[in-house]
Amino acid sequence: MTAIDVIDGGLLTTVQDLGRVGYQRYGVPVSGAMDTWALRAANRLAGNDEGAAAIEITMAGPVLRLDGPGLIALTGGDLGARLDGRPVPPWQSVEVRTGGELTFSGVRDGMRAYLAVAGGLDVPLVLGSRSTLLNAGLGGFMGRALAAGDRVPVGACTDRPLVAGWRVPRDLIPTYGHDHTLRVVMGPQDDAFTDEGVGDFLSGTYTLAPQSNRVGCRLTGPPIAHRRSADIVSDGTVCGAVQVSGDGMPIVLMADCGTTGGYAKIATVAGVDRSRLAQAAPGDRVRFERVGVDEAQALLRAARAHLDRIALERPWRPPEAGVFEEDTGAPLAAPAYVGLAQALSVPRGPSAVHTNLVCAAMPGLIVSVEVAPGDAVAVGHPLVVLEAMKMQSPVRAPRGGRVGRVLVTEGMQVAGGAPLVELEDAASRRG
Amino acid sequence: MVPPPRLLQAGDSAVVVEFGDAIDVRVNARVRVLQRALAAGACRGIVESVPTYRSLIVHYDPMVLPREALEALITETAGRLPEGSPESFRTIEIPVMYGGEAGPDLADVAAIAGMDEGAVVDLHAGGEYLVFMLGFMPGFPYLGGLPAAIATPRLATPRTHVPAGSVGIAGAQTGIYPMDSPGGWRLIGRTPVRLFDARESPPALFEAGDRVRFVPVGRAAYDAVAREVAAHRYHPDVRVQRSGP
Repeated sequence: MTAIDVIDGGLLTTVQDLGRVGYQRYGVPVSGAMDTWALRAANRLAGNDEGAAAIEITMAGPVLRLDGPGLIALTGGDLGARLDGRPVPPWQSVEVRTGGELTFSGVRDGMRAYLAVAGGLDVPLVLGSRSTLLNAGLGGFMGRALAAGDRVPVGACTDRPLVAGWRVPRDLIPTYGHDHTLRVVMGPQDDAFTDEGVGDFLSGTYTLAPQSNRVGCRLTGPPIAHRRSADIVSDGTVCGAVQVSGDGMPIVLMADCGTTGGYAKIATVAGVDRSRLAQAAPGDRVRFERVGVDEAQALLRAARAHLDRIALERPWRPPEAGVFEEDTGAPLAAPAYVGLAQALSVPRGPSAVHTNLVCAAMPGLIVSVEVAPGDAVAVGHPLVVLEAMKMQSPVRAPRGGRVGRVLVTEGMQVAGGAPLVELEDAASRRG
Repeated sequence: MVPPPRLLQAGDSAVVVEFGDAIDVRVNARVRVLQRALAAGACRGIVESVPTYRSLIVHYDPMVLPREALEALITETAGRLPEGSPESFRTIEIPVMYGGEAGPDLADVAAIAGMDEGAVVDLHAGGEYLVFMLGFMPGFPYLGGLPAAIATPRLATPRTHVPAGSVGIAGAQTGIYPMDSPGGWRLIGRTPVRLFDARESPPALFEAGDRVRFVPVGRAAYDAVAREVAAHRYHPDVRVQRSGP
């Protein structure tokens, strides 16, 4: 595999690693994977260093074309991943024989999935990291979320052997559900809150608000009373800090949070449970449970040690077996299922006519239309130029083909996800 | 004798070393002295430390450096720090085109302060400002030292787009936007100097402890600097000075 072609960017698909450390004193947020445990696990399975760059996929997944053979691993939330129509077993390394199209049928559990490929993603290092910092347009793939037409390069594999079928032990695979208890270390400014405020924080049930994003998880629930004011003289922040603004509602700062902040922080979510919060969806219920620093650090140590068990587990299926029970990920190795596997797979014969709608990854203005109906285009050919967030960027053909209908004109404002151009197989006009 | 700092837990991987709870030049100096001392020690397990107005947050890896060892190191280091400021600091000159299209709120700031625009510019450019810390966005300096006479409240409705380089006033603070962003500060001018460039090392023009002076320039000088910046040939005027006793 030399690259991943993005056919559809999905809701929010970004390149992330373990973050950008060492530059917070210049005001540069750490960024990186929201669920760092899932990222580490995915990289281990794919034979990478734990901190290699992978793809973070949020809720509604993208359509990705893997351009050749290789090894992938999917961890984190179960977003219904399929490779050429077949379910991809999560939390294990999967061999990709000839490339293929990775799609996501929808959220089954959790919120964010991580796709690691052997070799890692080879986007440029920016300040020592390949993470995407969206609000500064820094790092990752051109500083932004992946969109149709992007081609994300895959790095060269190390000399470690690629082994399909390595897995995270069953007892370590998290299920997320919709109720989350997060352990917290009190402080640094818990003394800025009344005793009742602290009590409400630790006994209340909060709901994750839809405005949550990679900067912070906003919660609504029992207001937390400050002694005097919500404002403090700005000090340093950490990912996981629970800051409480003037309305008494907590916000848990997440990967892209600012390096300093001016709201009192009642507590800090334990590192291990930040990964859990990263998998909480809007509407989920969140409770906080107080632990000491030593206990939080012991949990962190245990979670890291769990990753070592991945390497020790033996492959649990021969690489030849390719069919899995969809709900449990267990292999369906019996020969009787071979027919079923063929029935499940998408027909890919030469006669199949395939029409793609190329859509806008984000809302914007159509600056120019570069093609007309009937034009033959090669993969990567610019179809339209879209101006969004002050940047003009071409929307490129995700594959070669012939332009069908052109659905936009110059000067048109389009919504995110709006269809732009119809792309047909080159062959489909012959008949 | 300076009282020892308070150590506050910021979760399982960071400790806040708090020297005070006010915006104070001497408190801020102590924060930076400790940061330099810890950086000079290059202790394994300290990931990075971030100076702010009144505290230093130390991010560490508890797998490598036990908390007790870190806290002992911080207490011991803080205990033998010299009083006063770090031994040297930089003064950086920032050319600013005030008013007009570059500073659309200069007239309002002048009206609120009850003076003419020229007097606002003289006051703003006459001061020397301390970079208390960086934060809010990459490269953004929190500057102290704005003359009280031109302190002006923020805009009631923030702008959706503030161009990079804009120099603004918000309450008793003044600052420079390193990149295009929304913002509610009153804009009095603009500098062509680039405050943040991820390709440079370090990526930010400023660091905590720097002094900043604003130098009023006209259109021609502004454009000349802008061309130099665009060609990556511009080097701002930086002087390194030793602190007084």
